[in-house]
Amino acid sequence: MNISIMYFGQIAEVTGVKEETMLLEHRLISELVSFLIQKYPELESKSFQVAQNKELVSFDTQLTGEEIALLPPFAGG
Amino acid sequence: MKDNKIKNVFHQGAITSDFIGSSIAKHQTKTAIGAHNIFLGQIRADQINGKTITAIEYTAYEDMANAKFHEIRETAFEKFDLTCMHIYHSLGEVKAGEICLFVFVSSPRRRMVFEALEFIVERIKADVPVFGRERFEDDTHQWKVNS
Repeated sequence: MNISIMYFGQIAEVTGVKEETMLLEHRLISELVSFLIQKYPELESKSFQVAQNKELVSFDTQLTGEEIALLPPFAGG
Repeated sequence: MKDNKIKNVFHQGAITSDFIGSSIAKHQTKTAIGAHNIFLGQIRADQINGKTITAIEYTAYEDMANAKFHEIRETAFEKFDLTCMHIYHSLGEVKAGEICLFVFVSSPRRRMVFEALEFIVERIKADVPVFGRERFEDDTHQWKVNS
C-alpha cells in the first residue's frame, strides 16, 4: 500500500523531509511507527502523535493508507 | 455570522492592530450585539539560560488545523449564545511583542462572551496542530510546547 507521510516541526527536523511516500505492508500504526524509528533513529527520543486522515489515532489503529502525519507537541497561540 | 464552511484561519505574519481595529469596526452594523470579548496572544521575549527569544516561526498541518478550528467553532456555537465569532492565527515569523492569535466573540449579553472566549482559547491551545520554532537572538532555536 502506498502511504503518504507528512512530518512537522521538530519531527521534520529529524527526518530532513516534510513529506514522503512509501510502499508499505504494515497493518497497524504501531508497525509503521516502529519502521519509521528504524529509518530515523532520533525519532525514538521525540514526543509525537500520529494523525490518520486528519484525526489523531492511537498506535493500535488499523492503517488505512490515507494521509498520515507525525505531529510534535502543539504550540498554537 | 455562523456558517458551515471550513474557513482558513491562518494569516501570514503578525496580526496588526489595524486589522484588529477594523474587525471591531465591521461589527458596528450588527446592532443585536451587546458585548464583544477579544483574546490577543502576544509573543513573549522569554529568557532561557541567559538567551532571549526574539521571534516564533509558526508552521501548521493546515488542513487538519482548519478542520479543528472549524470543530471548535461549531462546538462554541452549540454551547454558547453567540452572534458571531472570528479566529485568526499567524503562520511564519512573529516577533516578540507582536500578536499571533486573535479570537473575537460577540453576543447579545456579556456573560456568554466571557465563558465562550476561555473555552475557545483553551481548545485552540490543546487541539490544533500548530508548531512554533522559538528563535533566540543568536539564531539558535528551541520548539515551543503548550503547557
